Amino acid sequence: MTASAPDTAAKPARAFRVDLKTVGPLLALALLVLLGISLNENFMSYSNLTNVLARSSFIGIIAIGATFVITAGGLDLSVGSMAAVIAGVMIMVMNWLIPTMGIGWSVVLAGMAAGILLGGVAGVFNGLMITRGRIEAFIVTLGTMGIFRSLVTFLANGGTLSLNFEVADVYRPVYYDGLLGVPWPIIVFALVAIGGEIVMRYTAFGRYCAAIGSNEQVARYSSINVDNVRLLTYILQGVLVGVAVLLYVPRLGSASSTTGVLWELEAIAGVIIGGTTLKGGYGRIWGTVVGVVILGLIGNILNLQSLISPYLNGAFQGVIIILAVLLQRGRRTS
Amino acid sequence: MSSAEGTPAPIILSANRISKSFGEIPVLFSVDFDICPGEVHAIIGENGAGKSTLIKILSGIEQPTSGSISYDGQTVVLPPNGAAEAMGIVLIHQEQNLAEHLTVSESIFLGREIKRFGFLDLRQMRARARAFMEMLHVHVDPDARINTLSVADKQMVEIAKAISRDARVLIMDEPTAVLSVAETQTLFEQIRRLTARGVAVIFISHKLDEIMELANRVTVLRDGQLIATVGTEALTPDSIAQMMVGRELSNLYPPKHEPDVDAPVVLAVHNLVAKGVRDISFDLRKGEILGFAGLIGSGRTAVAEAVVGLNHRSGGDITLNGKPAHFARVAQSVDAGLAYMTKDRKGKGLLLNMGLRPNLTLLTLNKHLKFGFLDGSSEARALERAVRRFDIRARDAAVAVGRLSGGNQQKLMLGKTMESEPDIIIMDEPTRGIDVGTKQQIYHIIAALAAEGKSIILISSEMQEVIGLSHRVVVMREGRLAGVLEGAEITESEIMRYAAGIKQSEHHDRISA
Repeated sequence: MTASAPDTAAKPARAFRVDLKTVGPLLALALLVLLGISLNENFMSYSNLTNVLARSSFIGIIAIGATFVITAGGLDLSVGSMAAVIAGVMIMVMNWLIPTMGIGWSVVLAGMAAGILLGGVAGVFNGLMITRGRIEAFIVTLGTMGIFRSLVTFLANGGTLSLNFEVADVYRPVYYDGLLGVPWPIIVFALVAIGGEIVMRYTAFGRYCAAIGSNEQVARYSSINVDNVRLLTYILQGVLVGVAVLLYVPRLGSASSTTGVLWELEAIAGVIIGGTTLKGGYGRIWGTVVGVVILGLIGNILNLQSLISPYLNGAFQGVIIILAVLLQRGRRTS
Repeated sequence: MSSAEGTPAPIILSANRISKSFGEIPVLFSVDFDICPGEVHAIIGENGAGKSTLIKILSGIEQPTSGSISYDGQTVVLPPNGAAEAMGIVLIHQEQNLAEHLTVSESIFLGREIKRFGFLDLRQMRARARAFMEMLHVHVDPDARINTLSVADKQMVEIAKAISRDARVLIMDEPTAVLSVAETQTLFEQIRRLTARGVAVIFISHKLDEIMELANRVTVLRDGQLIATVGTEALTPDSIAQMMVGRELSNLYPPKHEPDVDAPVVLAVHNLVAKGVRDISFDLRKGEILGFAGLIGSGRTAVAEAVVGLNHRSGGDITLNGKPAHFARVAQSVDAGLAYMTKDRKGKGLLLNMGLRPNLTLLTLNKHLKFGFLDGSSEARALERAVRRFDIRARDAAVAVGRLSGGNQQKLMLGKTMESEPDIIIMDEPTRGIDVGTKQQIYHIIAALAAEGKSIILISSEMQEVIGLSHRVVVMREGRLAGVLEGAEITESEIMRYAAGIKQSEHHDRISA
C-alpha cells in the first residue's frame, strides 16, 4: 500500500516534466534565432546560416559520438587532442604519398582512410583501457588527451604541419563546396545525425547504451555484453572524430598543437545542453544537434552585434550549460 | 488491546487514532500505539500493512493526516526531516544511513562535531566514540572506516550514534533482516542493555521467533488497520501469523502437483565450486519446483549465479538435458533455456528510469529486430501479452518503472525473465518486499509454470514459501549443501535444523570426505 502511493502522486508531475524535457532545447534555439533576427538583418541570410552550421559541424559530428559514450555512462575527454593528432597524421600521410601516388584524389582518399583508421585505433585504445583495464573513463581519456596533444606537438616539431599546396587545392572543395549550395560539412553532419538518431532509437546497440548507462548491473544480468558495447561506443567516437577531421583539414590545410583545443568540452557541452544526462542512461541525438547549434549561434550572434564584446562568447556558453543542467535537475525533482 | 500488565511506567510516546493517506490512497486507519520507557514493542504485519508508515509518523518523518502524537504526556507535532532526533526519538532505517568512507567516530558525531576554537576536536570525539562502543560492549576501532565493517558492526555504530544523541525512543526498521543468527543475538543483548537503562525500543520484524524472544508487547497491523496490541506472553507464533494474514495460511499456496516419478533430470550440478560455494551437487527434474532454503549469506544466490554464468565457476560440472554445459556468459545460459531472476529488483533487475517496454524486452531484444532494427510494435505486443499474463498494473507504459509498486515491479521482472521462454527458471526471492495479494498471484504463477512442464529452482528466505511450494528442498549452510528434504520431511523445524548446522546430511559428509 505504501509503495503504491507514488503511482498516483506521479501522474500530474510527469506530464509536465516530459513536456519541458522535449521542448527545452528547442525553445532555447527558437529564442536565440529570434534574438539574432532582431539584432541584425544579415542573421537570417543564407551565407550566415550556412557559415554557422558548417563551423558547427566538426563539433557536431564529434558530439554525436560523445552522445553514445555519455549515454552508456562513459566520457571521452581526448577527442580534441585526438582530432589534432589525426589532422597531423593525415597531412603527413598525404605529403608522404605524393611522390608515389602523385597529386590527385587518390592521395586525398588515402589520407581520409588513414584519418578514419587512426580515429578507430585511438577509440580501440581508449575503450580497451576502460573496459579490459578497468580504469575509469575520466582517467584514461585524461591521459590520452595529454598523450595525443603532446604527439601532435612532437610531429609538428613545435610548429605547424602544412599540407602540400597542390594537394590542398584538390582537397579544398570538401570544405568549401557542396551539393545544391549546401556545404559538404553540413551534409555530412546531417547524415551522421540522422544515422545516429536511428542507431540510438532503433537498434539494440542504442538500447544497450542507455541500459548500461542507467544501471550496468541490470545490463549485465540481462545478458548484455557490457564491455563490448562500451568498447564499441569509444570506437564509434574515434571514427567520428576521424570523419570530423577529414572535413576540417581542407579548411586550413594545416595542423598544429593548437588544433582542436577545447573541442572536447564544446562537444560535451552540446550533448548536455541537448538533454542527454551526464551520468548516462538517457541520450538523444537530435538534442545534441540542437545543443551544438545553440553553442554556434551564441558566438555568431555576439559577432553580429556591437553592444557586448564577442570576447564574452565563452562566458555565455558557460551560462547556457549551467542553465541547461539546472533545468534538468529541476525537472527530475518536480 | 490495551497496554499489557507489568508496565507501570508512564507512557513516553503514543499515537492516538492516527490516520494517513498518500494522495487518495489511505494507508493507516485510526491506529493507536503507545510505548513505555524500558519496553520493547514490536510492530508486525505483512508487507504493505502500514508498518513503515507508522514508524515514519512516530519519528516525525511523515505527518499524520489525522490523529495526534503525545510525547511525555504532551500533545506534540514532531518536527520533520529527522529533527525529532534532538527530542530523543531516533529512527534507524532499514537501509543503513552511514557514509561509507567516514570513520566510526566521524560517523557518530556527523553533523554535531565537537569543536575547539573553531576546529574539530578529533581527540575528544575519538575518546567519546570509544566510550560509547565500550558501553555497548562492541569491539570496533573508532578510527575504522565504515566500509571495512561488517553489516552487524555497522548496525552497532548506528546504535552508538543513537545513544550519543541521548535517544529515549529507539525505532528500528527490520534490524535483523541482514544479520546472521549470532549477530542477531548480539543485537538483542544490546537492546536489552538499552531497555535496562530505560530506553524505549520499537522494532519491526518479520521473524516471529525473534519477536517472541525480545518483545514485551506486539502490535499487529493488517491493511493499515490495527488488529491487536497484545502482551507477548499471551501469544504463540501461530496466533501472530493468523492475525497478520487474517486467513488460514494454507490458502496462500496452490495445491502441489508432484512431477512424474520418471520425469527426466533437466539440470544436474556436480561438485560445483565458486566464490562462496563449496562442493554443491543437486539435480532438478522436469516439472519440479526445487526449493533452496538457508540463512541469508548461505550461498544460494552464489550457486545460481555460478550456474548461469554470471559468476566465475572454479570447479564442477553442469549437465543440461543430459549434455554437459558450460556457460561463460549469461547470454549462453539464456539461449540454452535457463534463466535466472535476480532478487535485487532495483539494483540488478530493472532499469528504474525507463518505461515498462524497454525493461520487458531488454533480455530478449534480438527477438524484436526487423532487418536489424528494433520493431516497436513487436515490443508493444510483447508488453501487452506480459501485462495480461502477469497482471502488471501501471497507469501507462511510459511511466518510469521505479515508480511502480514493488509487486508490479516483481511481476514485470517475471515477465522479462519469461520473455526468453526458458525451460528452467531460477527465481531468487521472487516475493521479497511485496504485498500478500501479489505474493499469492506469484505462487500460483510458479505452480502453473511447473504444471506446464517448466522446472523451477525457488530460492527463498521465507520458509513458509519454500515449504508451501517446493517438491523438494535443498538446505544450504555456509556455502555447502547441508541437506535435501523430500515429502513429509519438508517442515520448518527440519529445514532450520539443517540451516543452523544442528543436522548434516550423511550423503554430504560422504561427498566432502
